[in-house]
Amino acid sequence: MRANCFHGKREMRIDNVPDPRILNQRDAIVKVSSTAICGSDLHLYNGLIPTCEHGDVFGHEFMGEVVEIGREVKNLSVGDRVVVPFPIACGNCAACGAEAYSLCENSNPNAWMAEKLMGHSPAGVFGYSHMLGGYAGGQAEYARVPFADVGPIKVPNDLADEKVLFLSDIFPTGYMGAEMCDIKQGDTIAVWGCGPVGQFAIASAKMLGAERVIGIDRFPERLRMAREKADATDTLDYEEVNIHDSLMDMTGGVGPDACIDAVGTESHLPGPLYAYDRFKQALMLETDRPFALRQAIMACRNGGVVSVIGVYGGFIDKFPMGSFMNRSLTMKTGQCHVHRYMKPLLERIQNGDIDPSFVITHQMSLDEAPEGYKTFLNKDDDCIKIVLKP
Amino acid sequence: MDVTELVQKAVGLQGSRPSQGPGQVGKLVNRQSRQLWEQSGLKDIGAEKVARGLGWFSIGLGIAELLAPRAVARLCGGTGRHTGLIRLYGLREIAAGLMIFSQGRKPAAGVWARVAGDALDLTTLGAAFIDPRTNKAGVLFGTANVLAVTAVDVMCAQELSREKGAMTEEGAIRFRRSVAINKSAEELYRFWHDFQNFPRFMLHLQSVTETGAGRTHWVTRAPGGRTVEWDSEITEDRENELIAWRSVGGDVYNAGSVEFEPRPGGRGTIVRIDMEYYPPGGVAGTAVAMLFNQAPEQQVQDDLRRLKQLIETGEIVRSDASPEGTGQVRQRPAQPSGE
Repeated sequence: MRANCFHGKREMRIDNVPDPRILNQRDAIVKVSSTAICGSDLHLYNGLIPTCEHGDVFGHEFMGEVVEIGREVKNLSVGDRVVVPFPIACGNCAACGAEAYSLCENSNPNAWMAEKLMGHSPAGVFGYSHMLGGYAGGQAEYARVPFADVGPIKVPNDLADEKVLFLSDIFPTGYMGAEMCDIKQGDTIAVWGCGPVGQFAIASAKMLGAERVIGIDRFPERLRMAREKADATDTLDYEEVNIHDSLMDMTGGVGPDACIDAVGTESHLPGPLYAYDRFKQALMLETDRPFALRQAIMACRNGGVVSVIGVYGGFIDKFPMGSFMNRSLTMKTGQCHVHRYMKPLLERIQNGDIDPSFVITHQMSLDEAPEGYKTFLNKDDDCIKIVLKP
Repeated sequence: MDVTELVQKAVGLQGSRPSQGPGQVGKLVNRQSRQLWEQSGLKDIGAEKVARGLGWFSIGLGIAELLAPRAVARLCGGTGRHTGLIRLYGLREIAAGLMIFSQGRKPAAGVWARVAGDALDLTTLGAAFIDPRTNKAGVLFGTANVLAVTAVDVMCAQELSREKGAMTEEGAIRFRRSVAINKSAEELYRFWHDFQNFPRFMLHLQSVTETGAGRTHWVTRAPGGRTVEWDSEITEDRENELIAWRSVGGDVYNAGSVEFEPRPGGRGTIVRIDMEYYPPGGVAGTAVAMLFNQAPEQQVQDDLRRLKQLIETGEIVRSDASPEGTGQVRQRPAQPSGE
């Protein structure tokens, strides 16, 4: 089959690789009908996540048709149309029991690698480094789905791929980011990053009852989408205005009740501080550039919540711990426990509360994926979200 | 000949298949190295102080190798052609030195890292001896020096390990590993009591068979396509609590216990393994094995994780990069293998 494979920093290629096969009786094989490039794939593409090797198939947002199932998969049949959650979860361990699926204790066979870097290992993830399992991803014609009796959700045929594909990651991720803010009536929420996850965080914050939602980015098309499609009440361009001053001005000096970091490890900032962190990153003195996170902490109101859904890989520098501790802030984080949100969010799509396809700007064939990574990285042609068709 | 064997031969601690049995050889090596430790006066200085000395020695030598690789090469009979390699070794020396100074008062792992480095140096010197372009007297001089410091490294590392409880008085390596499993102690005890279950989660175990009189015969796969075999007997068996065993003859001495400790609040059970063993590759072999993630401690940890997978999910979790599952040392690319 054809698959989008990593061949070193900023080098993806469509390779012919063997078709996946059932390795365990709880596996299923899915014929991919739609898959997407995630902003976090760009972290891999840029070589910022350790333990990626030549030939690794990327892609953790995908859906398709079940074409083969193992003996132990009782809830699916060949021919079912399913969306696959990006974390792999066994459904049996203590973490899965607590619905913390992205912390599954069993799904990462390479847990020891993650333990060396992070102390403990999170769940295995499709197409996201060897440290997170070494699973082939979904930017391919077919994908093997372990624990298929737990993860994939069946979707009705009358909903187009584009409407349900993002249940695999970015819609639940944005939703969880908003949910962690513990939103109360009248709350003001600021969202750093108006990429696809940020868009869903904004839309979810509104759905969960926030009064005012402020989107922060530097690309006019993303800010426009935030206002027009995701229902942000305000947007700020951090290359135009001072974010802290603007947020203080908008809230009378109180600060947003909660701040969502939907940027993660590769954030940008105009001026010398960016050069400083970029330099340290190049020398491997820190692995992540946390401008958005630093701003979010400083801006958040006393006693507020900082919700981190942007992906970080390793270590950061100049974490404003004094501000964080003295002002009783709470930080909530995590890779999304997608399994927990798929059903309720599918219902919201069916009810017409939201049509997640609004983030799509580009459709390409799988063969164009390497080109797609370049376009997405450079934000060429106002690119926000690319869907690939194998 | 694999790396482990090469190192054993180089360090001259013991052969790979000692006729007296590994336990005896391990004890003998232990006794001799302790005697040497006492006679040489190193004991009076104290392992912690010796370790610090070795740390400074590492950093000093490392700087010399980094700044004057040609001079170091000439001193050891080299041609001065491989300055890049010597500089790399210099970095390794400095790293080992820093490791010694960053591990508190008993930096056993740092000194073991030096032992592994010594093994690498000796292997390189062996290669240099075969090379016709080198000065043989110089190579022998270099080798003698490395051997001398290797002896100090091994003794110091052993003493530190002993003081930390990572080694028994007799010189066997001792360790403890555990995993929390979402099942009752009763069920886990029953599962563990049926030794037919062992090959299902012990990756390196080839077979375990009953030989009568409460004894079992174990065959495990070792690096380089070899097997390691021994007989084992149960020494203690407390229902739902603990099973203890010890080996009786074979390639490797090992003894230990598995304990089933209920977690508070009905949160499953901690399965804890306490083990001691004399490594088949000698202490230096173990230091090398650790670098390749093949040390028994790591294998036991991996097997416990596999046990958890098997008990909780009913299968050993496999990915494209690790089709054998947890404990597979060499990663494949994360793409379907077609097998």
